[in-house]
Amino acid sequence: MSIGVVVFPGSNCDRDVQWAAEGILGIPTKFLWHETTDLSGLEAVVLPGGFSYGDYLRCGAIARFAPVLNSLVEFVERGGRVLGICNGFQILTELGLLPGALTRNRDLHFICKSVDLTVVSKESCWFKTNANGDDLKLPIAHGEGRYQCSKDTLHMLQDKNLIALRYKHNPNGSIYDIAGIINNSGNVLGLMPHPERACDSLLGGTDGKGIIEALLG
Amino acid sequence: MPNFQARVLVSLRPSVLDPAGEATKSAATRLGVDGVQKLRIGKSVDLSIEALNENEARQKLEILAERLLSNPVIEDWKLEIYPLLSENLK
Repeated sequence: MSIGVVVFPGSNCDRDVQWAAEGILGIPTKFLWHETTDLSGLEAVVLPGGFSYGDYLRCGAIARFAPVLNSLVEFVERGGRVLGICNGFQILTELGLLPGALTRNRDLHFICKSVDLTVVSKESCWFKTNANGDDLKLPIAHGEGRYQCSKDTLHMLQDKNLIALRYKHNPNGSIYDIAGIINNSGNVLGLMPHPERACDSLLGGTDGKGIIEALLG
Repeated sequence: MPNFQARVLVSLRPSVLDPAGEATKSAATRLGVDGVQKLRIGKSVDLSIEALNENEARQKLEILAERLLSNPVIEDWKLEIYPLLSENLK
């Protein structure tokens, strides 16, 4: 059982994910160049953080046309797990696998710090092994992480329990303090915080481990 | 095949906060120009596209505007197609 980490031109957290998954948790991990279409033999796929295609036009707007993402849509339909972290979350919304959009932070700053989060949707596979119950502390590092959606979409997310994570102290102006959401089936998680940067106590916390472990269920 | 010149104007939907526009608006005051009531920043994309006729050009451009140049969740777009130069000369 292994996972794949997609590498776009401009990805910069791909190696961090591999380090967390394979180096710390022992999950066999392979890199998937964005031009590949072969996702066979993979349990899960991670879209890592970074600046895919320079984030030209809009974050994730050009990446969504990468060949690997056609295969990813089929992979999701078959029930495969997909984790989109930061730029990966932006790509998932541009691709339409998750609703809404990520926009420029309210105060325009690039924010790089650890934030306190609450796990909202507990039924999904992603937070089963969270040691601290409903609380997580994870790093964020983004300039465009303000989650936006229509009121109807927000009500839909609330009614269907698809809001995965909320900020305790909203850093970027996201609607309803949203930091991460899941899809209807629960096999796709998109979040702005970086779980892969919180898998070793030497780096200040291990609250991200559960999410990375959840890639293999 | 005729070559059509066009411009797609992309703007944030009125309901979406534009922090860059707000920051620029406050700089207008610092410049000494007061009275700016609204300042919102969008994108202007200039294109030159081959098509058999204006209808076909419009169809192609609408696909581009809707699916690539804008994100309908947060943005609106407007399309301007300029008359062919040869038609102007008629």
